[in-house]
Amino acid sequence: HLPSLRVQVLIRTIRTARTQAEEREMIQKECAAIRSSFREEDNTYRCRNVAKLLYMHMLGYPAHFGQLECLKLIASQKFTDKRIGYLGAMLLLDERQDVHLLMTNCIKNDLNHSTQYVQGLSLCTLGCMGSSEMCRDLAGEVEKLLKTSNSYLRKKAALCAVHVIRKVPELMEMFLPATKNLLSEKNHGVLHTSVVLLTEMCERSPDMLSHFRKLVPQLVRILKNLIMSGYSPEHDVSGISDPFLQVRILRLLRILGKGDDDSSEAMNDILAQVATNTETSKNVGNAILYETVLTIMDIKSESGLRVLAINILGRFLLNNDKNIRYVALTSLLKTVQTDHNAVQRHRSTIVDCLKDLDVSIKRRAMELSFALVNGNNIRGMMKELLYFLDSCDPDFKADCASGIFLAAEKYAPSKRWHIDTVMRVLTTAGSYVRDDSVPNLIQLITNSVEMHAYTVQRLYKALLDDISQQPLVQVASWCIGEYGDLLVSGQCEEEEPIQVSEDEVLDVLEGLLVSNLSTPVTRAYSLTAIMKLSTRFSSVNRIKKVVSIYGSSIDVELQQRAVEYNALFKKYDHMRPALLERMPIMEKTATNGPTDIAQTNGETDSTILDTKHLPSITQPARRCNYHICFCLAGIPPMTAYNKNGLKIEFTFERSNPSPNIAVITIHATNSTEADMTEFVFQAAVPKTFQLQLLSPSSNVVPALNQGSVTQVIRVLNPQKQQLRMRIKLTYTHKGSPVQDLAEVNNFPPQSWQ
Amino acid sequence: MQFMLLFSRQGKLRLQKWYVPLSDKEKKKITRELVQTVLARKPKMCSFLEWRDLKIVYKRYASLYFCCAIEDQDNELITLEIIHRYVELLDKYFGSVCELDIIFNFEKAYFILDEFLLGGEAQETSKKNVLKAIEQADLLQENNNTSCSMGLLLS
Repeated sequence: HLPSLRVQVLIRTIRTARTQAEEREMIQKECAAIRSSFREEDNTYRCRNVAKLLYMHMLGYPAHFGQLECLKLIASQKFTDKRIGYLGAMLLLDERQDVHLLMTNCIKNDLNHSTQYVQGLSLCTLGCMGSSEMCRDLAGEVEKLLKTSNSYLRKKAALCAVHVIRKVPELMEMFLPATKNLLSEKNHGVLHTSVVLLTEMCERSPDMLSHFRKLVPQLVRILKNLIMSGYSPEHDVSGISDPFLQVRILRLLRILGKGDDDSSEAMNDILAQVATNTETSKNVGNAILYETVLTIMDIKSESGLRVLAINILGRFLLNNDKNIRYVALTSLLKTVQTDHNAVQRHRSTIVDCLKDLDVSIKRRAMELSFALVNGNNIRGMMKELLYFLDSCDPDFKADCASGIFLAAEKYAPSKRWHIDTVMRVLTTAGSYVRDDSVPNLIQLITNSVEMHAYTVQRLYKALLDDISQQPLVQVASWCIGEYGDLLVSGQCEEEEPIQVSEDEVLDVLEGLLVSNLSTPVTRAYSLTAIMKLSTRFSSVNRIKKVVSIYGSSIDVELQQRAVEYNALFKKYDHMRPALLERMPIMEKTATNGPTDIAQTNGETDSTILDTKHLPSITQPARRCNYHICFCLAGIPPMTAYNKNGLKIEFTFERSNPSPNIAVITIHATNSTEADMTEFVFQAAVPKTFQLQLLSPSSNVVPALNQGSVTQVIRVLNPQKQQLRMRIKLTYTHKGSPVQDLAEVNNFPPQSWQ
Repeated sequence: MQFMLLFSRQGKLRLQKWYVPLSDKEKKKITRELVQTVLARKPKMCSFLEWRDLKIVYKRYASLYFCCAIEDQDNELITLEIIHRYVELLDKYFGSVCELDIIFNFEKAYFILDEFLLGGEAQETSKKNVLKAIEQADLLQENNNTSCSMGLLLS
């Protein structure tokens, strides 16, 4: 057969391939040769062949047929073979393969080899990818090597022990004796890996943590020596002695000092020393300062030290190096809750970072800015944030808009300012605003009674400019539907009232209905708004015409509404004014407020204005605005239950497009003088039916008929049988639990025929 | 550190060191996505980015990107120093290292890395000691081979 290609020759050959196909062909050819060589158990060229295979594997080609060969190389006595064999094992094998376990014996032998470089190979491999079983089998060997005086092996054994502990935490105890004098070593490699090992143990076990607290003075001493010692060429990095070790010691000190007064005090001086004496011109010095700041913030440090730390971060913010700025913003975000005032002092620098070119820095600056907004700085901060909203990447706009809404809600200095801010967001970033903002804004507007005229005017004017931003259009439609009368009567006090006629307003709303820019949801809003104006405007005939046209719309939602509104005009005209009446002030039903400030040692991750949590209105508003038609499907309502002051009425709708589904809304009211709390409505139907119960509007039926609990039931009745239902009611009344069962048999025929 | 990747500006992988157990398929997916993400970064951006639940630290040296995935508690700035130290080691070993050195001597690049880091952490903070260990190991390799004229086998 052909002589085996040398590795570098193969690499050179493969690189001459001009296309992927050509490369694949070369690889396949070489793999075939390698496979036959493997089959022939050729010891001479095995090492070279595996090396070639590893190269091809890196290019993305399969190399699993070389796995066993790696094991053979590891078992060989030649160092070259072992070197490539272990490398191959680390690249081609992982603990999922059974083959992996076959390595265990070889590794065990090599851990005890006479040559330290062979021992090193096996320690490295075990520490990199040893499975839990292997770790269990070999932990004893590692522990032995942890006690050796050979620093080359000792340092590797320490990191190998870290891996063993990560894989098999129960084995941690056995390494404890060997840690006894690890820190007395002079060798930096051993010191570094020992600190890593101690860190791992302390992070995993509170007992270990208490046990190792006594090492604090020793760690402080080692750190002090590193800082004070003169130039040491072996460990010097830009004038700093072994920054890697310094950083790991600082990290271990952080863990040991956290929550412990004595330890924190013992490290106070050295932390101050590092914080003030470390050279900041290069990244390496700043890396140490960064770790120092993290430690200061996490332990029980004196307030002076904490201020020092925040000021370091403040200086970082002004650093030309964007990496330093990034790290500063991240750290400030972590401490903004606990050291709020100190961070506030750097607010203007943080706000400047909104203009940074780097996306990650901008995002952090934005989050931090929201965290720093308070009653005192709201006007200034909002100006900056609105400017940011205007110019930032689309990726940010949704979060920024939500954050602004939340901040405005918390700290708005006046209702007018609040509405203006909301308007500004809707007009500049209106298409990025989250869908759930729409109901929230509607609630805000409803509750700002004295601003109704101003709001509807501003929103109307915004619509004249631009109808492409759906959230804006939806809020505007809703508003016009509600307050259109204020608009045409020119009642605005806050600014010059505009002159607009009913027809002009209806033109705008109808324009939304026909525009390609409007989504189906938007169209639904505008149709409903037009309908509402029938009780506020005098142009009722025009409205009737519009509504009847949409009765044959292909959009099912729109069609249903139009049909219902038509019915409202024709059969239930006497109810129309009441149904389309002005919305009352709404209470918030869900309370997803901003997260609380936790007064701990900087452990909270969430910012005070967690932009993901917005208060939201749930069903009552939805029901009132979208389906003002509970009796409009032509099926009369019925009383299903009436006992002890609790009355439950059922209203019906036919579900388009599926006429086999009856949609029933229950309305529970309470005429007694005490609320019915923890109210739960349950229903069961006979086997030929299927029932789906959606979530109730709330669990409290207020006393004296002051409100109702509604819940939607969908009943599938494919065989069109007579509808029957058994209901179960549970609630608490005047402190006592109440439960009742009832049969409901008086369903009107139209509900199931 | 969870893993380190070295890749060229065209997205070709030159070295991959994984310190967490993942299937070949998962490694390929991660590599593909991360390479794409890093190559899309503009020069003005910082060396850090968040990706899935990891922190990514990357730096370009000539035509090679050095990219590390670290955990939440790890220090990004010192990771930059780790990357720099590795480059220095390669540079000292190969004498003014370039991408071709790493392509044609990829196993050496791994050997050096494995004397510097173990299980994702630095095992030796002295440049001199890492290079000394590699030198001795190379010697051992040579001696092993000359004893039975197999010196041509690997080189």
